[in-house]
Amino acid sequence: MKITRKDFLRLSGLSFLAGGAMEAARAIAGRSSAATESQSTPVAQSVRWGMVVDLRRCQKEKGCTACTDACDAAHNVPRLADPQHQVNWIWTQPYETVFPFIQNGYAEQSDAGIPVPLLCNHCASPPCVHVCPTQATWKRADGIVMMDWHRCIGCRYCMAACPYGSRSFNWVDPRPAIAHINPDFPTRSKGVVEKCNFCEERLANGLKPSCVDACPQKALVFGNLADPNSEPRQLLRQRFAVQREPELGTGPSVYYLV
Amino acid sequence: MFMFEKAIRGSRQYWIWLFCLLCVILAGLAFYLYQLNLGLGVTGMSRNVSWGMYIAQFTFFVGVAASAVMVVLPYYLHDYKAFGRVTVLGEFLAITAVVMCCLFIFVDLGQPARVFNIILYPTPWSLMFWDMISLSGYLLLNAMITVVTLTAEREEVAPPRWIRPVIVLSIPWAVSIHTVTAFLYSGLPGRSSWLTAIMAPRFLAGAFCSGPALLILFCLILRRTTGFDVGQKAINALSVIVTYAMVINVFFILVEAFTVLYSRIPADVAHLQYLYLGLDGNYHLVPWMWLSVLLAAVALALLLVPSWRRNPVILPIACLAVFFSLWLDKGLGLIVGGFVPSPLDTVTTYTPTLPEWSIVLGIYAIGAVMITVFYKIALAVHGEIGEADVHVPAVPAGPADR
Ligand code: SF4
Ligand code: SF4
Repeated sequence: MKITRKDFLRLSGLSFLAGGAMEAARAIAGRSSAATESQSTPVAQSVRWGMVVDLRRCQKEKGCTACTDACDAAHNVPRLADPQHQVNWIWTQPYETVFPFIQNGYAEQSDAGIPVPLLCNHCASPPCVHVCPTQATWKRADGIVMMDWHRCIGCRYCMAACPYGSRSFNWVDPRPAIAHINPDFPTRSKGVVEKCNFCEERLANGLKPSCVDACPQKALVFGNLADPNSEPRQLLRQRFAVQREPELGTGPSVYYLV
Repeated sequence: MFMFEKAIRGSRQYWIWLFCLLCVILAGLAFYLYQLNLGLGVTGMSRNVSWGMYIAQFTFFVGVAASAVMVVLPYYLHDYKAFGRVTVLGEFLAITAVVMCCLFIFVDLGQPARVFNIILYPTPWSLMFWDMISLSGYLLLNAMITVVTLTAEREEVAPPRWIRPVIVLSIPWAVSIHTVTAFLYSGLPGRSSWLTAIMAPRFLAGAFCSGPALLILFCLILRRTTGFDVGQKAINALSVIVTYAMVINVFFILVEAFTVLYSRIPADVAHLQYLYLGLDGNYHLVPWMWLSVLLAAVALALLLVPSWRRNPVILPIACLAVFFSLWLDKGLGLIVGGFVPSPLDTVTTYTPTLPEWSIVLGIYAIGAVMITVFYKIALAVHGEIGEADVHVPAVPAGPADR
């Protein structure tokens, strides 16, 4: 068969039209499927662990380190002399550095310097997971962002990617810096990254995270964000809550009542 | 092995030079073992500045590797004959730079024994996976091209026809290695100074001036020490490439600076402020960054005047200025500046330690050995086929035989 130039043009015009129509059809279909998906998301995901931190309660206990202490003891987190090598799972940082967007120029007197507990946000769309070249960090179906310390190659790409500074690298061997080793939890070697695991080992046994149980003010409220009747969801309905840098689209599972 | 017999014959100076490099390599190796033993805590890196010299140098040398395209493209696609002799030097430089890049990544790993996990658990949504693919592919392509073309040259036959598509493929591939490397940084949501679409173009512009500048320096050294001349036409053409690329590079930096400074978004301004003015009483990088600016200005002034650019004394000075300006800008400021201030507004000083410097120098020395040996092979082949138009000593040698 011989195709003349005219035929060719006609054919390509047709295929172009067909392609355009398919694109349009796909776009329409895509929109409707996206709509159904957004309605069905809470059903599809029945568990999404999350936490609400009540800063008003936390503030009442001046100089308190109960959550950090409980977590460090449970997870064999080392206490290193050099602050630059420090490993942090849950720790505190001054209010104004955590929530720079709440600074209006006049409110500092009341809030400045208040320690805000920080931990991994177990993001819904975690940048750390997206960048890890070995899948040593991954997101579970229940929303917990996990770490495999035996697979991690220590490239620290996840540390560059996490917008919250939630990840720590073992710059040195952590074991000598652990006061009492908890035999029920693994210690880590030098050269791997670690972070908060939402106490998945306790959740598996039906317990709440160590920090939640340790807090004398019950300022840390843990529960299933996918369940509208869970404790955190009730709090989020009643009070004004913020996430850290929500504009980045990471979808943090940790909320702060300010 | 591929013409390595050419590399084991050389003068005394040649061997002394190699011996010195070997000492530097051994020192680097000793410090690497020290780092392996104690952990990356022996470096200046920290919680907040979690990448340092190693990754910065990696980034810089990906650029040097990619810049080979600046000789390959005119020579093979446009049949620009003047680059006949310099092309193989450019390709050898690319191979060396890629090997150095891999070493820089390797020494940065906390668990180097597990490096193959990247292959065992391939993760296509991670840019690092693609960086590995593009770098190893580029290494393979260039190794293939140099072996085939150089062998053909020695046998005095035309290279086989199938190598041409390989060469053509290596051109977009060169662009890809530096683009993917830029994407490593520019795709991260929380690091505002990297989160810019100009990152990849800026990387390429920086690469296309610093790489050819280095190549010009090598050509001038070769001419001095061995009498091997790539030809003044080639050098002039390279210097024009350096000039244009440097102008574009500076333009991109200014474009970036304008966007940040005119919009005045505090988080974006903070990084530039840290680099060029100092932040929270921390002025560590300020003199270095201004030195980079000064060198860039000097380089531009020298390069933009055609008669200066062709002057055999001024050209190497301009090339050195280009190289070090970019080395500071890309091999130091870009990576460290991206981490300071941290997401929690902490300003952390990063100072490379002695072990870190030694390891970096060790990798430089490995690169120098590779360049020396490769260029010796290339020159020996050229000498063997005895081109009539140039005087090439039978066994070229010299203290800096590279
Ligand atoms: S807070 Fe950081 S480490 Fe935790 S899931 Fe989000 S990005 Fe990952
Ligand atoms: S340091 Fe470990 S967890 Fe983090 S990106 Fe690299 S391999 Fe993944």
